[in-house]
Amino acid sequence: MSSNPVTDNSATASEQTDMSGIGKSRAAIDRDLKAIIADVLGLDADDVNEFTPETGLFGDLPELDSMAVAGLLTEMEDRLDIVIEDDDVDGEMLETYGGLLAFAEAKIIEG
Amino acid sequence: MLTHWPCPQPSGKISEEMLAKFDHPGRPCVLVIPPLFDEHNKFRRQIIEIMRLLDDLGIGSAMPDLPGWNESTAPLAQQSVGAWQAAMGAAANHCEATHVLAFRAGVMFAPPSLPGWAYAPQTGAKQLRSMIRAQVIAAREAGADESSDTLMQSARESGMILAGWDLGAQLVRELEQADEVSLGSLAEITQSELGGRGLWLRAEPDEDPEQAAALATLVAEELVAP
Repeated sequence: MSSNPVTDNSATASEQTDMSGIGKSRAAIDRDLKAIIADVLGLDADDVNEFTPETGLFGDLPELDSMAVAGLLTEMEDRLDIVIEDDDVDGEMLETYGGLLAFAEAKIIEG
Repeated sequence: MLTHWPCPQPSGKISEEMLAKFDHPGRPCVLVIPPLFDEHNKFRRQIIEIMRLLDDLGIGSAMPDLPGWNESTAPLAQQSVGAWQAAMGAAANHCEATHVLAFRAGVMFAPPSLPGWAYAPQTGAKQLRSMIRAQVIAAREAGADESSDTLMQSARESGMILAGWDLGAQLVRELEQADEVSLGSLAEITQSELGGRGLWLRAEPDEDPEQAAALATLVAEELVAP
């Protein structure tokens, strides 16, 4: 039996266009996460759309202070339908956009 | 438009609380219930703008302070969800409200007998979780090894000041238990229906005239519909 999620045939019609086989495609998570960042930090959506995996977040974005982190995590829980535990929150997760995106993907798959 | 209303307290006493209202006798009157805590502060300006727009459309509205809210001098630490629900019911009677427009976690206090709308409804439990999280992050930044679980346990037992809000143990327990949004007879209005960004996410109080107009129009259209 393969543990590869690509072999999961239970996906709904809309999910079958998703090559990764998880509930939400990487592109969809990327789009949602960028929208959340733009909304929570009050950034221009066009600027956030230019984020790359290497774009620095905590420590680089002046808008992302510790209170904004709390708001960002809560909004991610709401809009991505995930649960984020205290221990999930570390420097690596918030250091770059790529790190946060990978975290969100892992949580969605886990969920 | 700023007046007072006699708010009954669980002790049987009456406290005078502030009431923001626009009167249109003989027309519908919308009871406006703001979000809780920080979101109330961030949203209040926008809510008043929505009430002004409803006023222009000939619709009355009333937004009462409850004990511990906004201008109230009652200590927040002594308040409870149950007392706030009873007080909001009394405010609805006092204002002769015909409808409800509840924002975010304010939906918890909507009198069940009134129809109306719930904008971007949020549970008390999630509101509390967000405040606990902010506290944990602040504590960790200060070098303290704090966890959500231990903070929650302590808050449940003896209350806690969270993100600057002095919450009593009873209020903490009631918010934690309010883990589902109960819309009752209210219609949900989502953020995407209004366009733009949720103003509760802003770090500072803000306003968005286009969103205010979209919400006021939506309410007014349903009030005049047959």
